[in-house]
Amino acid sequence: MAVIPAFRPVLRFVRDDTRIGFMKGRFAGLATSAALSIASVVLFLHPGLKLGLDFSGGVTVEARTAGPADTAKLRTALAAAGVQAAGIQRFGAADDVLIRLDPAGSEAATQAQQAKVKSAIETAQPGSTILRIDAVGPSVSAELFRNGLLALGISLLMILAYIWFRFEWEFALSAVITLVLDLTKTVGFLVITRFEFDLVMVAAILTILGYSTNDKVVVYDRVRENLRKYRSMPLRELIDLSINETLNRTLGTSTTVFLAALPLALFGGESLSGFAWVMLFGIVVGTSSSIFIAAPLLLLMGEGRLKRAAQPPKVR
Amino acid sequence: MMSFTPLKKALIWGTCLLGLLLCIPNFVRQPTPSTPWRQIHLGLDLRGGSYLLLQVDLAALERDRLATLTDNVRASLLAAGLGYRNLTADSAAHAVTFTPRSPEESTPDLAAIAKMPRAVPGEFDAAARPDGSIAVTLSGEAMKARAHEALSQSVEIVRRRIDATGAVDPQISVSGPDRIVVNLPGISDPERVKALLGTTAKMTFRLLDPNASPNAPPPPGVTLLPMQDNPNEKLPVRDHVDVDGGDLTNAQAGQDGQTGQWAVNFTFDNAGAREFADVTRANLGKRFAIVLDNKVISAPVIQGVIPSGSGQITGSFTAQSATDLALLLRAGALPAPLAVIEQRSIGPELGADSIRAGAISLGVGLVLVMVFMVLFYGLFGLYADFALVLNLVLMLGILSLFEATLTLPGMAGMLLTLGMAVDANILINERIREEVKRGRTALAAMQAGFERATGTIIDSNATALLAHVMLFVFGSGPVKGFALTITIGIVTTLFTTLFVSKMLMVGWYAAKRPKTLPV
Repeated sequence: MAVIPAFRPVLRFVRDDTRIGFMKGRFAGLATSAALSIASVVLFLHPGLKLGLDFSGGVTVEARTAGPADTAKLRTALAAAGVQAAGIQRFGAADDVLIRLDPAGSEAATQAQQAKVKSAIETAQPGSTILRIDAVGPSVSAELFRNGLLALGISLLMILAYIWFRFEWEFALSAVITLVLDLTKTVGFLVITRFEFDLVMVAAILTILGYSTNDKVVVYDRVRENLRKYRSMPLRELIDLSINETLNRTLGTSTTVFLAALPLALFGGESLSGFAWVMLFGIVVGTSSSIFIAAPLLLLMGEGRLKRAAQPPKVR
Repeated sequence: MMSFTPLKKALIWGTCLLGLLLCIPNFVRQPTPSTPWRQIHLGLDLRGGSYLLLQVDLAALERDRLATLTDNVRASLLAAGLGYRNLTADSAAHAVTFTPRSPEESTPDLAAIAKMPRAVPGEFDAAARPDGSIAVTLSGEAMKARAHEALSQSVEIVRRRIDATGAVDPQISVSGPDRIVVNLPGISDPERVKALLGTTAKMTFRLLDPNASPNAPPPPGVTLLPMQDNPNEKLPVRDHVDVDGGDLTNAQAGQDGQTGQWAVNFTFDNAGAREFADVTRANLGKRFAIVLDNKVISAPVIQGVIPSGSGQITGSFTAQSATDLALLLRAGALPAPLAVIEQRSIGPELGADSIRAGAISLGVGLVLVMVFMVLFYGLFGLYADFALVLNLVLMLGILSLFEATLTLPGMAGMLLTLGMAVDANILINERIREEVKRGRTALAAMQAGFERATGTIIDSNATALLAHVMLFVFGSGPVKGFALTITIGIVTTLFTTLFVSKMLMVGWYAAKRPKTLPV
C-alpha cells in the first residue's frame, strides 16, 4: 500500500487550538437538560408511551389488498366477524394496510381473533395477501416487558460498576446520572413521535446507552490523563481543556455513527426506520450530554476531591 | 510497539484470509455434499415464515394424573374389598381424597394403597388426615420429573407432527420450563400446523355404561362425553380405559370399501391387539366408544371378536380430516395440551422487501462512513476504510462459522458496528495529530498515538460490550440477533483496528520513512 501517495485530510471540524469555555455554560446546560427531562417524564405519565405489540399483547395483521385498501369496507367486514379493530391504518403504498386489535383476555382468544381478521380481509377485498401476522398472548407480553426493563436496569448498573472500577466514583456517578437523563429524553422523544415502544426500541435505547457511555469514557479518559499532567490547573479549566482536546474525535465519531444510522432511517423500511430515528436522536443527545451534562456534573462532584498526580506524568 | 514480526504479520493476514474463506459459502453453491460448509441462515423476518411459541399445559398434566390415580385408587380399594365415600381428585392439594367406610378400615385402606404400583418410587403417598379422611398426595419431585419428561416428549411429538406435514427445515426447541419454540421457514400461513399442534390426540377405547341414562347425572366412574359431530348428544362413557390409543403402531386414512366414506384404519401392537381381543370377546353386543380428546368420535356395537388388532374408525370424516387424524395417531398423543401463546408470521414478499432495505442501508451507510474517513483523515483514513471492509468480512465469517441466524435487526447491528468501528481509528489519528503538534517526530508521534489511544479504545469498547451482552442475555427473538451481531462486531473491531490498520500504518512508515505525517 506504500504506492498510495500520503495524501492529507481535507476537512476538520474545529481548529486544533479551539478553546471553548464549555464550563461557563454549565448551569445553563444542566438547567436545560433537567427541564427537558422533567418535560419527558410528564409526557411519559401523560399521554404515555404507545406500547408496541410486544408489550401490549394483541394481534397485528399487515396485508396487501387487491387494489387500493378500502378501510371503510375492511372495518365493516371486521365488525361483521365480531372483531373490534383498535386501528385500521394505511401505510406506505396505497394497497398496504395495517390492522391492529386490542389485547384479548386469554391466549386462546388471541389466536381466535387473528383467524377472524384473516377471513374478514378476504371477505372485504378478495385476493388480498397477508404480509405479516403477529399475535402475542398476555402472558408473553408481560414477560417480554419485564425482561426488557431488566436488561435496561442491569446494563446501567454494569456501566456504573465498570466506570467505578476503571475511574473513580465521581466519574461513574456523573456518567450514570447523565445516562438516566439521556434515557428520559429518549422516552420523551418516543412519546412525541408516537413511535411504538417495543423490543426493538429497547434494543435502540440500550445501543444509545452503550454509545453515550463510550463517548463519556473518552472525555473522562482525557480528564484523568490531564489530572496527572497538570497538577495545579483548576478543575474547571482542566475539564474545559479535556473537552476541547477531544472535540474533533467526539464530533468525528458521532458523525460516523450518525452517517451509518441515517440510511436505516431513510431506507430501512417500516420496521427499522423508527428504530433508526430513535438512534439518530440518541446520538445527538448522547454526544451533547457528554459535553454539557456529564462534564459539569463531574466538575460539581469532583471539585477539590479528585485525586491529582496519583503517579507523576510519564517522561519520555 | 512499532514493529510487527513476520510471524505476527502472518498471523494477522492469516486471520483475514480465514475470515474471507469462511464467508465464501454464503455466496456460492456447495460443490460436493462432503465439503465442510457453514453459512449464515436468514432469519424468518428475511426469508418469510412463522415463529410459534407454545406453552405446555402442565396443570392439565397433573389433572390427568390425578384422574388416573382416582381410577386406580378406586380399583385397588374394590379389589381389597374395602369401601369408600367421597372419592375425589383435589387439584389444589395435588391429592386424591376419600373417606373410609368406617374408621377401622383406615389402616387396611392405607395398606392397600401402599401396595399400588407407582410410576417412579415415591410417586405418591397416602396419609390419614385429622378429620378421618385419607389423602393420596402426589410428590412434588415426581410431578416435576413428569413435567420435564412431558416437555421433551411434547417436543418429540411436535417434531413428528410437523415433519409429517412436509415442512422444510423446521426448528423445534425447548425454551424454559414449559415452553416450546417452533420456527417454520417458508410457512407464512401456519393454520394447519397450529390446528395439528392444538389437538392433544389422546385416543382411548372405552365401554359405555349400558345402565346410565344420558339425561341423569352419571354414576361414579362414568362421565357424560359429547359426540364429536354433535356436541349436544352426550354418551355415558366409563372412565376406565380399556385400550389406549398409545398402543397403535399404524394409522392410515382410507375409504370404506362399501360406503365410500372416509375412515381411519388402525393397527395395534401385540399388547394392544391382545387387550383389544380380550375386551371385544368379553363384551360382545355392547357399545364401545372411541374417544378422542374427551369427545366421542363413534360408539359402534361390538359385532364380533377382533383378534388381529386392526380396525377402522368411521365418523363423518372428510379426506383432510381423516388424513389429519391418521397423522396425529401415528405421531402419538401429546402428554398435555399445547397453547400457542405467541405467533409471528411473515410473508415472503415482506422478507424480500426487508433484505433489499437492509442491503441498501448497509451499502449506503458503508460508503458514507468510508468517504467521511478519507475526507477527514486522509491516507490513514483510507487504511481505516480497508480495515472497515475487512471488519465486515470477519463479522460475516464468524456468523457463518457459528451458523448464526441473520435477522433484520441483526443487519442494523452490523451497520451500527461499522459506524462505531472507525471510532478506534479516529482516536488513534487524533492522538497522533496531537503528538505531532507537540513537536514530536513522525515516529515518536505514531508510537505515542498508538500507545495512548489503546487504553481509551479498550475502555470505550468494554462498556459497549457490557450493554450488548446484557441485551443478548435478556433479549428475545430479533433483539438477540441484534445484540449478537454487535457483540461479534465489537470483537472484530478491536482486531481490525488494533492490528490491521495499525499494521498498515506501520508498514507505510517503514517503507517511506517520512519526515512528516499526513494527519
